[in-house]
Amino acid sequence: MVSALAVAATVTDPEMPMLTLVDLGVLRDVDESGDRVTVTITPTYSGCPAMATMRDDLVHALQDAGYDEVDVKVSLSPAWSSDWITEHGRDRLRAHGLSAPGPAPTGPIPLTLAPVRRAIDCPRCGSADVRLTSEFGPTACKAMYQCSTCLEPFEHVKEI
Amino acid sequence: MDSHDLDLDHDSVYDGLLGGDASQWAFGTDFEDPLAGVDTTIPAGVDGAVLAAYCLMLGDDALVYAHRLSEWTSNAPDLEDDIALANISLDLLGQARLLLARAAAADPSVVPVLPDGSPVPPEDALAFFRDESAFRNVRYVEAPNGDFGVTIARLLLFSTHRLALLQRLAASVDPVLAAIAAKGVKEVTYHRDYAGRWFVTLARGTEESRRRLVAGLATVWPMYAELTRCSDVEARAAEQAFGVDPATVGDEVDAVVEHVLATAGIERPDVPASGTGPLGRTGRHSEAMGRLLAEMQVVARAHPLGKW
Repeated sequence: MVSALAVAATVTDPEMPMLTLVDLGVLRDVDESGDRVTVTITPTYSGCPAMATMRDDLVHALQDAGYDEVDVKVSLSPAWSSDWITEHGRDRLRAHGLSAPGPAPTGPIPLTLAPVRRAIDCPRCGSADVRLTSEFGPTACKAMYQCSTCLEPFEHVKEI
Repeated sequence: MDSHDLDLDHDSVYDGLLGGDASQWAFGTDFEDPLAGVDTTIPAGVDGAVLAAYCLMLGDDALVYAHRLSEWTSNAPDLEDDIALANISLDLLGQARLLLARAAAADPSVVPVLPDGSPVPPEDALAFFRDESAFRNVRYVEAPNGDFGVTIARLLLFSTHRLALLQRLAASVDPVLAAIAAKGVKEVTYHRDYAGRWFVTLARGTEESRRRLVAGLATVWPMYAELTRCSDVEARAAEQAFGVDPATVGDEVDAVVEHVLATAGIERPDVPASGTGPLGRTGRHSEAMGRLLAEMQVVARAHPLGKW
């Protein structure tokens, strides 16, 4: 029988299916005791609607692998950070045309009245000449950019 | 794959039609409990009823404002702002779910009683089955959106205030509230930046955009005072070290707003605060609240068993 951890590690993010929950840093713990598996995940954003699907996908994957008793727990603290996206996850993001987040901000929170300047490259053509079109994208975790060289729009996973 | 049980196959679009999967129901589609597995024991020295009442205030502010902001969906000036306001609304809705769930866990008696067999989880029961007088949000968040100028002015003051509150609440003696707040800080930081940037952009834009922003600020300014007034519940929450007296963040909020006003070249409005007493915090709401709740709650109330 495949270990519960190995099964849980195959489950992908419903919004960004190129990433597993491990790549995303959402899967915090998988505990096997007796017949029962307890999986702990942490929400990326408070209102992330993908959390329910992640929970269902984990339960289904583990049940298909023969684990009948599966609990999915939430861990709120520490809060998820984009720093938890693994190097493998970052490579996968870039391979799929998304820009990976830079280091998450720490320390006092500045008020940023000018557009955010991020040192990022277009994931398609590699140009550094990109411009932010919106800090809010199609999912809570993404900002929208456009490359000024190849003109393609792309999504950037936000630092949080 | 012969033994594969199609009822368990999450990839099948027909999954759930036969009743094997609860996710078809209106309620219970998400986490049955957004605090699943979280230790919700009430810390020593904290009164559960006061903790619940305090979480309802913070949660209702987020819920009601989320609903208001969601009204911009498909109506914003352009697609990017449509999406931005919907995202901000979604973040606040997520915070509301956690806070209402925290309130329900701290004092189950705050949750409205629903018919036997109803799958409605406590945070949904609080959102959809309380009457107007049981809501504890400030009037500030229930007022109609107005135009984009009013919306940006309102969001700037709200998110600046909420960010300051949440930063302090991250040190709450209630670990659940502290975790919810620490998460919210990251989100509201983006909200405040969004509002601040648009505030400056509208102020420095055309004569018309500036006129509307100034008018918007004058509209929300008198109502803002309500956020900084300390109700009895907030005072007791502060005493018990799990909450924050909202008046104590006044100076910090003021400094941020002053900075934005200076950058925008906009004068501080010379209008007095409206109303006296805690108003919304005691369940006394404005006319707009009834209509907002009617729209927000109508479908859930028509189907208390959550099946349609």
